[in-house]
Amino acid sequence: MKNNEEKGMSLIVKTVTRWLKGFIFLFGAYIVVFGHLSPGGGFPGGVVFAATFILLTLAFGREYALRKIGKILASELDSLGAILFLILASLGIYFTGIFFSNFIEKFHPSGNFKLFSAGIIPLCNISIGMKVGASLFMIFIILSVVRVIFEDGKGKLITTEKKDKK
Amino acid sequence: MIEIVIGVLLVFMIIGSIICLETRDLLSAIIAIVPVGYFCGIIYLLLGAPDIAITQMVVEVLSLIILIRATIRRDLTTIEEERDFFGLVSTFALIFVFFIFGMEAMRHLPPFGTPSFTLNPSAPSNRYLMMGLKETGAGNIVSSVILDYRGYDTLGEATILFTSILGALALLRVYARKRGKK
Repeated sequence: MKNNEEKGMSLIVKTVTRWLKGFIFLFGAYIVVFGHLSPGGGFPGGVVFAATFILLTLAFGREYALRKIGKILASELDSLGAILFLILASLGIYFTGIFFSNFIEKFHPSGNFKLFSAGIIPLCNISIGMKVGASLFMIFIILSVVRVIFEDGKGKLITTEKKDKK
Repeated sequence: MIEIVIGVLLVFMIIGSIICLETRDLLSAIIAIVPVGYFCGIIYLLLGAPDIAITQMVVEVLSLIILIRATIRRDLTTIEEERDFFGLVSTFALIFVFFIFGMEAMRHLPPFGTPSFTLNPSAPSNRYLMMGLKETGAGNIVSSVILDYRGYDTLGEATILFTSILGALALLRVYARKRGKK
């Protein structure tokens, strides 16, 4: 904890981030889960997920955010979302014989515009949100970790993590 | 009324792009490109496309953060070289050709605000709007189109994103190469 307070931005930013991070994540979850009823869907919700962790990275420093969601976990979530989407699409062949067919019950018994409706569309939204969020967070981590430094008159790519250890 | 607002926003977008191209400081260029993305989102909202507007806004925020972060960390904040004259001339020629063809295409479009699928009664959009809720059960027609009727397109889009991120990871990996050397 003492290590965290030295890195990142000022105390005001850290406090506000600590309050807001849950709400931002919740907003992303709302956009993803209600994507089949209101404007939104997997892609914007996933970007909001990534923005939560990017906010953590900017406010608390890289180590804090990487402790919350590691690079390995992010790449696993990315691949899991992609394979889940493909499996959902392929299960259509198994059940109805058509790729990408909506094989789950589409209607809620009590009417339209309910959360549990539209068959595979919410599940596809969730898998796409997982995939987009994890992959955009990984892009940000990689772009902020790798930097060009000039040693002996020529530029080369190094990671700042190794530099911090020295 | 809405045309005037969109016109004003478009003028600001063009001014921002020109400043972004002409300025020498990279950070100023990034700040000048901001109106292009945000006003684009506002225009989508005015034209009645909230799904695209949300996506445009959140992606704009994220790309702005990434651009500023990458620019500041690279310690490379000004550009020195002069603009290529041949490139400038060919760009203007291309823009002129596009303008002529665009004006020709404009004459065949329906009036502003009228959906273009009303011209053609057998367009698939009519079926999506009429039967979307009944056939897929999704209240959001956009969602039912991109994940049910045109799910194949979304699969291709997800594949593009996955492949590009694999490429970025493979090009920017520093860990794996160093670990292999030991």
